[in-house]
Amino acid sequence: MTELICITCPKGCHLKVDEANDYKVTGNGCPRGVDYGRKELVNPTRVITSTVKIEGGSYRRLPVKTSSDIPKGKIHDVMEEINKVTVQSPVHVGDVVIKDVLGLGVDIVSAKNM
Amino acid sequence: MLYDVIVVGGGPAGLAAALEAKKNGAEKVLVVERDKELGGILNQCIHNGFGLHHFKEELTGPEYANRFIEMVKETDIEIMLDTMVLDVSEDKVVHCMNKTDGYMQLQAKAIVLNMGCRERTRGAIAIPGDRPAGVFTAGAAQRYVNIEGYMVGKRVLILGSGDIGLIMARRMTLEGAKVVGCVELMPYSNGLNRNIVQCLNDYDIPLYLSHTITNIKGNKRVEQVTINEVDENKKPIPGTEIVFDVDTVLLSVGLIPENELSRAAGIEMDRQTSGPVIYENYETSIPGIFASGNVVHVHDLVDFVTEESELAGASAAKYILNGEADRESAISITAGACAGHVVPQKVRLENIDKRVEVYFRVSNVFHDVVIKVKSGDQVLCQFKREHVAPAEMEKIAIPKVLLEKAADKKVVISVEKDGE
Repeated sequence: MTELICITCPKGCHLKVDEANDYKVTGNGCPRGVDYGRKELVNPTRVITSTVKIEGGSYRRLPVKTSSDIPKGKIHDVMEEINKVTVQSPVHVGDVVIKDVLGLGVDIVSAKNM
Repeated sequence: MLYDVIVVGGGPAGLAAALEAKKNGAEKVLVVERDKELGGILNQCIHNGFGLHHFKEELTGPEYANRFIEMVKETDIEIMLDTMVLDVSEDKVVHCMNKTDGYMQLQAKAIVLNMGCRERTRGAIAIPGDRPAGVFTAGAAQRYVNIEGYMVGKRVLILGSGDIGLIMARRMTLEGAKVVGCVELMPYSNGLNRNIVQCLNDYDIPLYLSHTITNIKGNKRVEQVTINEVDENKKPIPGTEIVFDVDTVLLSVGLIPENELSRAAGIEMDRQTSGPVIYENYETSIPGIFASGNVVHVHDLVDFVTEESELAGASAAKYILNGEADRESAISITAGACAGHVVPQKVRLENIDKRVEVYFRVSNVFHDVVIKVKSGDQVLCQFKREHVAPAEMEKIAIPKVLLEKAADKKVVISVEKDGE
């Protein structure tokens, strides 16, 4: 049995996950807690948000995010890829900044119009 | 120039208020913003987790802001950027200025105040030691890193476990800095649990509860910081020193509603929230001047800022159409045992539909408690909670039919152990 705090929403439910019983989750306030509890023990993932350099924009940095969650162990490698990029203004919310980053099947996308 | 509604501040509160004022019949609506873009502090909050209540999806700060900016652009709401409001008068004249138009006096029929809040600084908490460069508030550092593109340090200690501090611990780590720890005076964290998990635990950053900074050393730049454990009276315990070699200290030690304009206008203030005293429709003590969001009380979640501000904006429009509401009939709501500030502080029953939503904070971490809404000795209603903490704002909905029973028009909200 492992105790976790669900990070899916600000409520922060106190979950209990039973590894011996097919990762049965208790203590969750909604169905998302079940998914999180299982995933956190089998293959923990996170959405990564950062910034990239932008030229010609109103500011020097453009906020970006992974289009979906990535394995926790890949956070550092993905950050290195994000740091290599410079984009040109104009950019719109949702524009792909890096396609299929490191072959993870996830894009780095813009989070702002600039 | 005559406007129906002037909104002071173009952050999430101001945008929501302007949109709802427009939707509810205000014709000429103006938003005055001092920055060169709309969106307020959301623009530097590049992390995700915004909008789970309001949009039922997880957005970053800039994305959440953009949703509202796009909605505003589809209307004829006027926007003045790079414009500073200098004064708001009781007779609803907004004095402001910018580089192109110079000094302006704009008359409004109703005003919504949405100035947000500011960070508490080193001076406000009187940290001992040298005064070198390298001590930043967490939000200032966030702006440098996320918008301006400057890295603020290489080895970092964070004082205070508020959400911005936790978010910055992760952000600095991702950008290559070493965050040696997060130091919290209280025996519990002041941030959301999820941020302790995904910002500190994920990156093995230690959290020192019941500790505080007792010395900062450095000539030009921060060189060394000493922390001590504190006793139950929050006094440092000699002999518990831990010394860190760091070049940067980030402070996440609280937020204060920004109310220079409200005070100067003569609006009645609440000493507990440091914001205006608010009626159920988010009207201040001056009829026709409304306020919502962090300028009223500091929130954890932007979703509730939006919700409140939509009500404030709609109320401003109704004020123009229906005129002033009676003030004598208001029921006062105050905080009792183990409860901090309460918003709204005054409720006029004729202005609410079926229930009124009341926000407040508890004064400590408690388990298995009952939130009681009382009038004298009579319990009007109660709400059970398994877990409450000062870091998490509580929201209860009090039914109108129960408020009607309040004797002397006074209601007190208190937190009691279950079974007492």
